[in-house]
Amino acid sequence: MLAERKLAELLAPTQPWERRRIVNGLATVVILACAVAAVLVLCLILGHVVVEGIGALNPDFFTQSPLPPGEVGGGVGPAVVGTLEMLAVASVFGVPLGVAAAIFLAEFQQGQSQLATLVSFTIDLIAGLPSIVIGVFVWAWLVRNVVGNYNGFAGGVSLAIIMIPIVARTVQETLLLVPDALREASLALGIPRWKTILHVVLPTASAGVITAVVLSMARAGGETAPLLLTALGNQFFNLDLFQPMAALPVQIYQYARSPYVDWHAKAWGAALVLIALIACLSAATRWAVGRRMRGFT
Amino acid sequence: MVTVLAAAAPVLLAGIVVLLVIDALPAIQRFGFTFFTDSTWNPVSEHFGAAAYIYGTVVTSILALVIATPIGVGCALFLVEYAPMRLRNPVSFLIELLAAIPSIIYGLWGLFILAPVMRGAVEPFFKATIGPLPGIGALFGGPVIGRDLFVAGVILSIMILPTVTAVSREILRAVPTTQREGMLALGATRWETVQKAVLPYARSGIAGAAILGLARALGETMAVTMVVGNSSTKITPSLLTPGYTMASAIANQFTEADKAIYFSAIVAVALVLLVVAIVMNVLARLLVWSVARGPSATAVRAG
Amino acid sequence: MKTTGVGLQAREVSAWYGDRRAIDKVSLDIAPQQVTAIIGPSGCGKSTFLRCLNRMHEVVRGARAEGQVFLNGQDIYAPRIDAVRVRRVIGMVFQKPNPFPMMTIFENVVAGLRLEGGYRSRELDQIAERALHRAALWDEVKDVWKKASGISLSGGQQQRLCIARTLAVEPAVILMDEPCSALDPIATYRIEELITELKQEYTIAIVTHNMQQASRVSDYTAFMLAEADRVGRLVEIGPTSQVFTNPAERRTEDYITGRFG
Repeated sequence: MLAERKLAELLAPTQPWERRRIVNGLATVVILACAVAAVLVLCLILGHVVVEGIGALNPDFFTQSPLPPGEVGGGVGPAVVGTLEMLAVASVFGVPLGVAAAIFLAEFQQGQSQLATLVSFTIDLIAGLPSIVIGVFVWAWLVRNVVGNYNGFAGGVSLAIIMIPIVARTVQETLLLVPDALREASLALGIPRWKTILHVVLPTASAGVITAVVLSMARAGGETAPLLLTALGNQFFNLDLFQPMAALPVQIYQYARSPYVDWHAKAWGAALVLIALIACLSAATRWAVGRRMRGFT
Repeated sequence: MVTVLAAAAPVLLAGIVVLLVIDALPAIQRFGFTFFTDSTWNPVSEHFGAAAYIYGTVVTSILALVIATPIGVGCALFLVEYAPMRLRNPVSFLIELLAAIPSIIYGLWGLFILAPVMRGAVEPFFKATIGPLPGIGALFGGPVIGRDLFVAGVILSIMILPTVTAVSREILRAVPTTQREGMLALGATRWETVQKAVLPYARSGIAGAAILGLARALGETMAVTMVVGNSSTKITPSLLTPGYTMASAIANQFTEADKAIYFSAIVAVALVLLVVAIVMNVLARLLVWSVARGPSATAVRAG
Repeated sequence: MKTTGVGLQAREVSAWYGDRRAIDKVSLDIAPQQVTAIIGPSGCGKSTFLRCLNRMHEVVRGARAEGQVFLNGQDIYAPRIDAVRVRRVIGMVFQKPNPFPMMTIFENVVAGLRLEGGYRSRELDQIAERALHRAALWDEVKDVWKKASGISLSGGQQQRLCIARTLAVEPAVILMDEPCSALDPIATYRIEELITELKQEYTIAIVTHNMQQASRVSDYTAFMLAEADRVGRLVEIGPTSQVFTNPAERRTEDYITGRFG
């Protein structure tokens, strides 16, 4: 009888070499190995950046301009300044446009109208564009026509285009989390729609907005390809937005592809600075968001 | 007012497409369809065919996909099915960190750390083991240089791994618990449950995750351009030949384009990239969205 | 395909979700070739207890169970017993029908057999047809069983498909966790008919929140309750007719007469 037989199996000690259990065990090992591999690679990459880059760091590195190969010293000062300046320009354009799109999608349309679908869809598409293509576009629009030469402003605009979808999506998600009861309470008090959004909804969502802005800045700050075609890069300090401007990732690229070993070392150093910059931005968000949260309780 | 600002998004996208088309037009008109099939790219004689760039893009992206999809799905399975609760968030966070590393730093690491390892150990290994085999051996023909499509494919696979993992993870989490329970209640091991209940249910979503990863790989520029060689426009079956991808070609040659037709040809390449990226993204989102809706009554045939 | 009258004896079964104890030292017998119903208000732990009977409870992250459950004299919680094997011998039908959507009706029924492997395709056809007959589904699907997906059926049919799937692996005991609560009254009636037929061959334990169903279908009824500490305990168990007309405990009587729950 089938059932009796199975019960008999149950009574006997389990056979460790049953094929199914072996396969199950193997599968577990393979899957574990995948996760280990991913984390290992992360550690290898970050580890190398730290180990190779730390030697190049000194106060001069942050403040001086690059020197010709072979000369001791010099640094990525212009690149750091350029990156920060272009990120500022990018934020001026990218944040309002991204937040506006998010407000439009979350507050006004709830994804109901055709325009809302279109906006949402195009934001996703822009997010998926290769950054080099964005660089080509901004070159054709701003570098070639409006300004006439490679310039930092165009670099900032290309970074803004990269920032917009990130800001829009993150802020949209945050706005959707704000409970409707809050909006209704405000509107019931007679406060007009736009004021409700500006003074009630957005402040409640402020943690998410800050996160969105910093997230997008961290991402845009690491972009190289569009800057190669717009800001071009600069070996000297330059604050003029309408001239070529240095940027950290571009500087890394120039150092790395050169044939000089001391410049390779500087490339690692600059990479460490870039990673540190991104890490600081993320850490600052958590701190700022944490403070706001504590302020509420 | 908000509506006006929000509408900037579609206007922007339209502007990008229009501007690129306008600038690419001279090249498209002059070379027509052969632009895609001709691999000769000669600025001096003003003869431009982007076939080698397209080939390089396709090869490196597919290689990246082949490596990253199993490992990415494996990581996602780890996070959803196998990991103890306290490991889930830390490991997930670490894998997402891979996505936060800028492309240029992948390029740096690829150039100075990965490429020497590939040239010194990995590529000779493949060349020695698979090279001598008929047919498939052509994948590893030619000299081992260390800056080639193979290295580019490997570095790309690391870069798209977090995307594949993150999306697959969401897909796997969307598989209803009752499906797993149904299989377990029949006396299935954990792997059998994954293999026969979870993965089939998540099939199309995982395909979407793979395509999203592919879309990301297609547009990658900096990491690829530093390890892919950027020197040869001959199309050979070997992964060990240096080559170009569309993105790396643009990055390399854009600022050097002196003639109008040269420049137009490069913009035409950018236009191709744009179209491919859009198509891939749409396709991927459709697939992922269909899993969120759940399988329909016409879904049959696991095989 | 008769079983030899196998029952389950649960002794001091307790279960936790993380740190929270859900049920405490439940001891009861599931009588062989009879239907035992477990009733009680929401949250009393009856589903948790049922899932301890085939070691499904421990599948949830952080969940654990203690105690003993004897199947034919063997404790399924003994250290060297493989939970995977236990579930093959003690089957379960769930509250919401869960056929596998990517498999045909036929593939659903033989899913459990295919795990073990070693069946020729004609054997599979025979076993599947027999199981579908016994689940009272054969006539409705025999033309499309190898083509149509498992989820192309109605809710009631899907649940009978899940029962057929469970029957195909010839379990000794069948556990049912509120099998009709997602179904309409007609489908419910058909499943209840099915249960009454099945008990001639199988031992069945059914959790239900529907007291009328329990009194219609079961031979024995167990009443569970979670009191102020939200830990589920067994209040009483006895022949169904006796529990419903002359319960031993005041709390049982209160529940049955609708004074709470």
